[in-house]
Amino acid sequence: MAGETQTISEYIVHHLTNLTYGKLPAGFEREDGSIVGQGGAWVMAHGGEESAAMGFTAIHVDSMLWSIGLGIIFCWMFRGVAKKAQAGVPSRTVNMVEMIVGFVDNTVRDTFHGRNKLVAPLALTIFVWVFLMNLMDLIPVDLVPKLLELAGVHYQKIVPSTDPNITMGMALGVFILMLYYSIKVKGMGFVKELTLNPFNHPVFIPVNLFMEVVGLLAKPFSLGLRLFGNMYAGEMIFILIAALFSAGIAWALPAGLLQIGWAIFHILVITLQAFIFMVLTIVYLSMAHEDH
Amino acid sequence: MNINLTLIGQMVAFVCFVAFCMKYVWPPILAAMQERENKIAEGLAAADRANHDLELAKEKAVERLREAKEEAAAIVDAANKRGNQLVEEAKQAAQVEAQRVKASAQAEIEQEANRAREQLRGQVAALSLAGAEKILGSSIDPKAHADLVDELAAQL
Repeated sequence: MAGETQTISEYIVHHLTNLTYGKLPAGFEREDGSIVGQGGAWVMAHGGEESAAMGFTAIHVDSMLWSIGLGIIFCWMFRGVAKKAQAGVPSRTVNMVEMIVGFVDNTVRDTFHGRNKLVAPLALTIFVWVFLMNLMDLIPVDLVPKLLELAGVHYQKIVPSTDPNITMGMALGVFILMLYYSIKVKGMGFVKELTLNPFNHPVFIPVNLFMEVVGLLAKPFSLGLRLFGNMYAGEMIFILIAALFSAGIAWALPAGLLQIGWAIFHILVITLQAFIFMVLTIVYLSMAHEDH
Repeated sequence: MNINLTLIGQMVAFVCFVAFCMKYVWPPILAAMQERENKIAEGLAAADRANHDLELAKEKAVERLREAKEEAAAIVDAANKRGNQLVEEAKQAAQVEAQRVKASAQAEIEQEANRAREQLRGQVAALSLAGAEKILGSSIDPKAHADLVDELAAQL
């Protein structure tokens, strides 16, 4: 909830600011009035202005930690099952994990027709990891930031997939794989695909190249930005609903109902976005494996 | 919402997790699932086979039962037949025996009758001699008239 000294917009901005660690350029005047000395300084950013000034040489500590932490949870859970997995009667956890694995395996089999040992584990990692990251959205928006604020950490975004760095990072990873397999599987065919499609004539090579490259680049961008956009919007609405609580006691009940309704609806969005990210990854890699 | 090193960090983390999943998570789980699938398929097949065997065994049992019943019926039939035969044979033997006994009895009766007749004949001869003696008042030399008397007796 918004504190007494915060306005609604401050409250929202505060919630949308990552905990950033980075290098401030020399000569930058910090929030407390001090000037950054020669050679810059690696510090925790205080507020959005400072983190913006850090440019590319900064890292979102919260996104990174939550993302890696959730990835480790995924690995730990699935590795535990993998160690226990045998053909006997499965326990409940094993059953759940196997259900997910079976689901991913089926999706990959349906969509991807090449032979590649990487695609299925990749799809599983993406699906579960993205799902877990999205799932953080269901934790009440103020709970973790407030607790951490009491511990002295001032900014915290706990949903990694509302950080474009995270979603674009994964999308770029997928993009690199797409390029790698396109070149590996098709070789010169890939160049032909880029230059002689859709107009199969040497004169049109520049046009073709432009169109194909744009089409190719659009894939990772749409992949990453779709997830980011959906999760960011969802998070935003959670924050707005949370802000309603500060509008007075009369708003408590409708805001609570809205919160519940949106959370229930969001369960669908979370799963759907994780699924879409996975399916698109499989489809893109499948396209990279197929000659036209 | 700045693009910064987090992007690279996430890519590195992504690669690490995918690699881990590919090496340590996916193969054992899928292998276990495959194995269980096979096991279940085998189990189902075995159950089918067992069912089939059961069916066959049931059929066989019914067949055996029918055979046994037939055999039993045949044995009873044979026994009945044999019994009847025995009775028949016994009847015949009894009849033959009866005939034999009757024949021998008749023969004896005839013998007795013949003997009685011979006796009677002798006595008649003696009586007729005695009668003739009385009528003639003289003795008749039996020796002289023996032929005559015998002839007479034979005529009786």
